[in-house]
Amino acid sequence: MNADTSALKCTALPTPSERAAEPYRPPRRRYVFLLSTPALLGLFMFLILPFLMAVTMSFTDQRLLSPNETEWVGMRNYDRLLSVNWLVQEPVTDNGEVQRDADGEPTYPRLRTLLRQDPAYEGYKELTSWQLGDKRLVVLAKDPLFIQSFLNTLQFVLLVVPLQCGMALGLALLINRQLKGIYLFRTIFFSPVVTSIVVVSIVWSFLYHRDLGLFNHYLQAMTFGLIGPIDWLGDPQWAMPSIVLMSAWQAAGVQMLIFLAGLQGISADLYEAAELDGAGTWSKFWHVTLPGLKNTTVFVIISTTIQAFGLFTQVDVMTRGGPQGSTSTVMYHAVTKGFREQDIGYGSAISVIFFLVILVIALLQKRYFDKREG
Amino acid sequence: MKNTYLSLLPYAVMTTLSVSAVGASAAPAEIKLWRHETSNIAEIQVSKDAIDRFNKSQDKWRVVAEMIPEGSYTETVTAAALANELPCILDMDQPVVPNFAWSGYLRPLEGLVSKEALDSLIDSAKGTYKGQVYSVGQFDVALALFTRKSILDKYGIRQATMEQPWSKEELLDALAKLKASGEYPYPLSMRTGWTGEWYSYGYTPMLQSFGGDQIDRANYLAAEGVLNGKSGLAWGEFFQDLFEKGYVDRNPSDDKAFIQGRSALDYVGSWEMGNHSQRWGEDLVVMPVPDFGHGPVVGGGSWQWGVTKSCANPEGAAKFVEFILQPSEIAEMSEVTGMIPSTPAAARMTNHYREGGDWRFFYDYSAAYAKLRPATPAYPIISSTFETMARNIKDGANVQDALDEAVDTIERNIADNKGYGFN
Repeated sequence: MNADTSALKCTALPTPSERAAEPYRPPRRRYVFLLSTPALLGLFMFLILPFLMAVTMSFTDQRLLSPNETEWVGMRNYDRLLSVNWLVQEPVTDNGEVQRDADGEPTYPRLRTLLRQDPAYEGYKELTSWQLGDKRLVVLAKDPLFIQSFLNTLQFVLLVVPLQCGMALGLALLINRQLKGIYLFRTIFFSPVVTSIVVVSIVWSFLYHRDLGLFNHYLQAMTFGLIGPIDWLGDPQWAMPSIVLMSAWQAAGVQMLIFLAGLQGISADLYEAAELDGAGTWSKFWHVTLPGLKNTTVFVIISTTIQAFGLFTQVDVMTRGGPQGSTSTVMYHAVTKGFREQDIGYGSAISVIFFLVILVIALLQKRYFDKREG
Repeated sequence: MKNTYLSLLPYAVMTTLSVSAVGASAAPAEIKLWRHETSNIAEIQVSKDAIDRFNKSQDKWRVVAEMIPEGSYTETVTAAALANELPCILDMDQPVVPNFAWSGYLRPLEGLVSKEALDSLIDSAKGTYKGQVYSVGQFDVALALFTRKSILDKYGIRQATMEQPWSKEELLDALAKLKASGEYPYPLSMRTGWTGEWYSYGYTPMLQSFGGDQIDRANYLAAEGVLNGKSGLAWGEFFQDLFEKGYVDRNPSDDKAFIQGRSALDYVGSWEMGNHSQRWGEDLVVMPVPDFGHGPVVGGGSWQWGVTKSCANPEGAAKFVEFILQPSEIAEMSEVTGMIPSTPAAARMTNHYREGGDWRFFYDYSAAYAKLRPATPAYPIISSTFETMARNIKDGANVQDALDEAVDTIERNIADNKGYGFN
């Protein structure tokens, strides 16, 4: 939210030098309050209040439906969410000889048995492990799926933001011309945005199908059967990139429109002057278009980032967080735990942590762009 | 001004009193009812007609129905429960009934609905929690293995019967043959693309036929050794193999494989019977589900009716429930929807399910193989956890780890909820 409004400010408000031209009149306080009351009231009712409730509930064992009294559980939900630990496992030995499996890898005692014996490791599960010689370093977490979901979400954001913004800019440049029928193209490029994301997800599931999908047919035809078939949504390596591609395609239209508005705000004089100075297409783009779009770009990047963090619908429809948790996102995890499994307290804790993370990232982004401006 | 108001007051009071007095004697008391709205228009119409018949049959109560879209039905009911806005009567998917009963939103039906009506029902038409009946249903569904006579003949595969269902080996042999023929990229369709309750409803019976279960039904507190024991592991490995060997499509993009002839076998519920018989006619063969060692098992329990605690007219609600449990009402529902009637008397009145009827075998499957899903308030988390687990196994996760993980999740949730009323 914070980052959103500040970015808007950059584009919408007049600069201090422009403002100085008018005689300054202090705003009347009561009008300020009067006029902002409806908006503030809405903000309080639907944003601040629910957030405060979420913070409160995250310290309780609140259930969706339960006859049990809600109790304070202190930091339990946060402990279960964030606890990370580690241990080193020795391989199984027989008379000092390390037991190896068919592949020559050392074998280890069953981790769950070890964890269940030691009260210090109560509630921990394996997150990941590394081989250190014959020993094995196991990283443990109380909710490995949350950490995996968090990393998946970051991966999604890092992939989708450049792709989506790049696509949007490219499309905006393409349609920013006075050609016959350009409105048709604008409509076509924008149409995925107004299509329901659920419908888009279902249609793309068909396209991604391993045996019947269009993508694999094209891929195999173009590479003469050398590549594929790829199990787009069924392979942990491919599932997230597949969702990234679809999401960028679906949502780029909005950013395209914003870029288009930005492009049309760049004065034609600048291009003319650049041409007179002998600038080519590329240097006009680099030295006129991009600087002219700076504020727009900042806004687009920050808003796309925040939107990308909320990834849920595509995952819910296309993969249900699978295969093996590779597309589970923080939002998906929160909905599963909080709503489907009725653990509102835990779901709230996830949301609170997630809010803080997004807030920090948005603030850092803003600071980075502000610094470049100054 | 003031005087006029004051002088009018007695009249106003009298009018109000007399109106309410008339209301008590003549106008029937309103009873609100919610039903989930399915895509089957005929099914909805039967319920609406039944409500009309009930309203005309007496003048004490009037049932007013509201249809709520199925996709958001459970959410709507949950939200209404939290806001204390539940209607008097509502229908629920049978496995969530214990959760609602434990939460205190439902009335036990014993003593409210007549004993004869309750006793006439088959077991899977009742939703119970701690031995009390909280919901009753007009119909049930059963799992079956659909195929075509022409396919069985062509590949020399024996048709399974109730006397001799397929064993695990027979199923795998048949699948191997069909796969090797190259005619069917994925010979068996199991609706893996469906989400939500289907995973628990469809695949737990397999697990149970292997000898495992979702939870220890002796105490409803532990799953250790039941879900992740030897039989659980055997089921998990079998299940994973189906996908690894390419017998079943891991991510089907639609559920039309059997109807379009892309798969040879279809593991699904009796509700598809109408579509299947329409498409394949005489060629269609319905077989009981395979026996994986502990007898064939099918899921039991479909949508059922319950009366809420906040209901102001429980007797009226109970009368309505009794009304729709009459054999004629149940038979009507079954005739229109093709679902399995929930009393023997009603079954005798239907064309499909009477003794010798053409769909009678579903009734027999249900009677012989049905195992209800665990009657515990923990069911929502069991179902959700089971789905995640089965999906992970399908996608190649280590079977034992996936089972253990599910056990830990379920057991911790039960402990967090102080045993859900079981100690």
